[in-house]
Amino acid sequence: MKLKNYGEGIAKGMVITMKNALRRPITTQYPEQKLSVSKRTRGNMLVWDKSKCISCSMCARACPVNCITMVTSRDENKKLQMDKMDYDAGVCIFCGLCVEACPQSCLYMDSDYEKARYSRKDLKFTKEDLLMTEKSKPSGYYNPENAAKLPEQTLLIDRK
Amino acid sequence: MSVFHNILPAVFDSAPLASDWPGGFWAHMIIFIVILFIFVIFMAMAFIYFERRVISRFQIRIGPNRIGPFGLLQPVADVIKILIKEDIVPFNADKILHLLAPMAAITPAIMVFAVIPFMNGASLVDLNIGILYIVAISSVSVIGLVMAGWGSNNKYALISAMRVIAQVVSYEIPMALVIIGVVLFSGTLSMNGIVQAQSIPYILLQPLGFVIYFLAAMAEINRTPFDMLEAEGEIVAGFNIEYSGFKFALFFLTEYTEAIAISAIITTLYLGGWKGPFLPPVLWFLIKVFAVFALIIWVRATLPRLRIDQVMGFAWKCMLPLAIINLLITACQVIFLPDLSQWVLVVANFVITGILIVLWSRFFRITGDKVET
Amino acid sequence: MVLKTETFMLNAGPQHPSTHGVFRMRLTLDGEVIQDMEPVFGYLHRGIEKLAEGLSYSQNMVFTDRLDYLASMTNNHAYVVSVEKLAGVQVPERAEYLRVIMAELMRISSHLMAVGFLLNDLGAFMTPLLYMYREREKILDLFDMVCGQRLTYNYMRIGGVSQDVPEEFLPALKRLIDSLPRFIEEYEQLLMTNEIMLVRTKDVGTLSKELAISYSAAGPVLRASGVKWDIRKADPYSLYSRFNFEVPVGTKGDVYDRYRVRIAEMHQSISIIKQAMEQIQPGDIQTKISRIFKPAKGEAYGHIEGPKGELGFYLVSDGSANPYRWHMRPPSLINLTALRELLIGVKIADAMAIFGSIDICVGEVDR
Repeated sequence: MKLKNYGEGIAKGMVITMKNALRRPITTQYPEQKLSVSKRTRGNMLVWDKSKCISCSMCARACPVNCITMVTSRDENKKLQMDKMDYDAGVCIFCGLCVEACPQSCLYMDSDYEKARYSRKDLKFTKEDLLMTEKSKPSGYYNPENAAKLPEQTLLIDRK
Repeated sequence: MSVFHNILPAVFDSAPLASDWPGGFWAHMIIFIVILFIFVIFMAMAFIYFERRVISRFQIRIGPNRIGPFGLLQPVADVIKILIKEDIVPFNADKILHLLAPMAAITPAIMVFAVIPFMNGASLVDLNIGILYIVAISSVSVIGLVMAGWGSNNKYALISAMRVIAQVVSYEIPMALVIIGVVLFSGTLSMNGIVQAQSIPYILLQPLGFVIYFLAAMAEINRTPFDMLEAEGEIVAGFNIEYSGFKFALFFLTEYTEAIAISAIITTLYLGGWKGPFLPPVLWFLIKVFAVFALIIWVRATLPRLRIDQVMGFAWKCMLPLAIINLLITACQVIFLPDLSQWVLVVANFVITGILIVLWSRFFRITGDKVET
Repeated sequence: MVLKTETFMLNAGPQHPSTHGVFRMRLTLDGEVIQDMEPVFGYLHRGIEKLAEGLSYSQNMVFTDRLDYLASMTNNHAYVVSVEKLAGVQVPERAEYLRVIMAELMRISSHLMAVGFLLNDLGAFMTPLLYMYREREKILDLFDMVCGQRLTYNYMRIGGVSQDVPEEFLPALKRLIDSLPRFIEEYEQLLMTNEIMLVRTKDVGTLSKELAISYSAAGPVLRASGVKWDIRKADPYSLYSRFNFEVPVGTKGDVYDRYRVRIAEMHQSISIIKQAMEQIQPGDIQTKISRIFKPAKGEAYGHIEGPKGELGFYLVSDGSANPYRWHMRPPSLINLTALRELLIGVKIADAMAIFGSIDICVGEVDR
């Protein structure tokens, strides 16, 4: 192969690298600057709204990896009630099939991503940990009313 | 032995500041050796930081900026990390070679700094054969790399060692020929004399020589596009592969020390050394060294690497004939046109450079074909 | 006097910075020239095909995300095409348009990664790779907006897609599509006429037309060797018969041609997305299927044109809710069968360039 074009291609390449060097860097310096995640993000935990739940255990049946363990029983009015719901966030693959399967829309995904723990035992949650409080931030996955309350997503195409 | 006694006074007589120091000649020498050593190590760390920040800007990201203000203590953190690692020697390795290789690699790189002038006449020793000393010393460092490759008992390191011999030895020759061109113009081999003889910087008088020397020097210090030896990706860091701890730190520093040495030599030979208006000469020297290093980083950020047979083809078929032609033309200019104004020579040399590069790229192939088995 | 030499065996092992993933090649070298190559893979085998026989058809969608993890949308698409062929489910129009837009965006993103990693293997110290990643980030932001994840989307369902796109999706997509061609042009200028690139990639790893067809190569590897075969034109699925686009074909089949074919395909994908954006209309996004989905007994093979080649699923159903046999045709593995032929007689540096140009993903090879 001949060195055709006498180094012109190399010079063009170097001009482009120099042009890119003069752009503003696109790094986000993490703990000080954070980006807003998407409104439909499938975060690292489940949030459960107990008031609407009818204990049908469709979520546990829909899960592909069996990370939700539910034990239900019938009480005196022949209504289903939930005795135990264990959720293992270490096994969960955050696919969202349980959220879609729920007929009452009472299960949501979280929108937080900073959920690291020091040991695997701390990732097993019981039903009290999953209850929806004022501090939990359910995401808008499969859930348009929650999506409207979350902030806008920062897009890279909108930065310079 | 008598020859040796005759040379020594001649060498040391040309050092200007020796006689009026307290403690005499040897105290002066030892203090300045220590100062030079500290300066070289400090500059190597500064170059590591500079390279990481500048390459990050080419890749539109911010480099290290967490440790210390603006990340200035990052090289210190790197050095501490490397020094506290365990020193592993492979099982069947040749222990003596494995131990001596880093030392054999870094010593010539630091020895180059003995003759580089930082101010007028201010080098450790002002040898009147300065540039010859540099050419001789810088070819010794390849022995260290080959010892590392052989003594590691690893096939990847062996491949890298074979490549290193071929590459470094074949790029010595165009380098030496081009230096002769500079020496013809300046009339002296001493580094300080070359700087003083540059009324206009030699980069204008010898553009072809600058290009050839720049590429040959990058091949000597194993930087992209000639970094086949430590190509992470094919041979996974080459001769460095079995080193950790302090010995790896020495190899790492060798690479940057050689880069500073090459930048300093290019500054002295082609860019006018410490000459410049207004600012003190040391500052001009440092600015020029950083500018040459920034050019080296720019080339590293853009270009992919060449294959080893293409590297050899490039040296023997392109650079060597061009270096010989450069020498011929320079000699003709010095002998037959000594009184012509230097600016006419500048224009003529640029035109000749352009013609030669176009001719060479049209007519020469630099690579072989697929090997039939 | 004859010099006696010996060959030695080098292990381009499972942990290597430039084999993409855990793939091991045992090379027999004579100096720098490769005499023989033996591939060893299976380091990432997870038993997906067996696991899938225990779950229902809609739960198996999450496994398809993880097969070729760099191009999840096209894996989802191939799976739903096969299941719909097996059960005869109709898909509404808006869902088909959304599937086409997602698949073409995924193709652009996967080709960006392939080209970037090829240049990284050639030694350009991550600068072109990081430029490619910058553009890929913009595409991943759009995917995040639609389905909430950046890597394993789980977006398509049997009979449509899972959710409709939010209103800010189409304007953001328009901004992205308007800015991409300029960037791809700049990128071509960075390295396409670079002499070092040309010297390293031309006439290296040439795969002739007959060999490519006999090894069943598919995708850009086949098209670079001169065979004009694209499943979107030859056996159109979904709505591809409504768009007009060209199929770029190479001439010689070396590394340079594969690289050019991928960049030309990116331009074609941009034009398909523009046409889809103009033609899309509001409507339904999923046909209702029964909660326990039991297709009739039978078998079906559905295939699509993925970014790495022909991606197909072979499903056998015995009338129950779980599939009886669930098999995937991995394009990366079948393209890799040609590797030994290509590597004999080249030097080590070229070996990595050829391996990078076939563009594999080990999740597919090992499943």
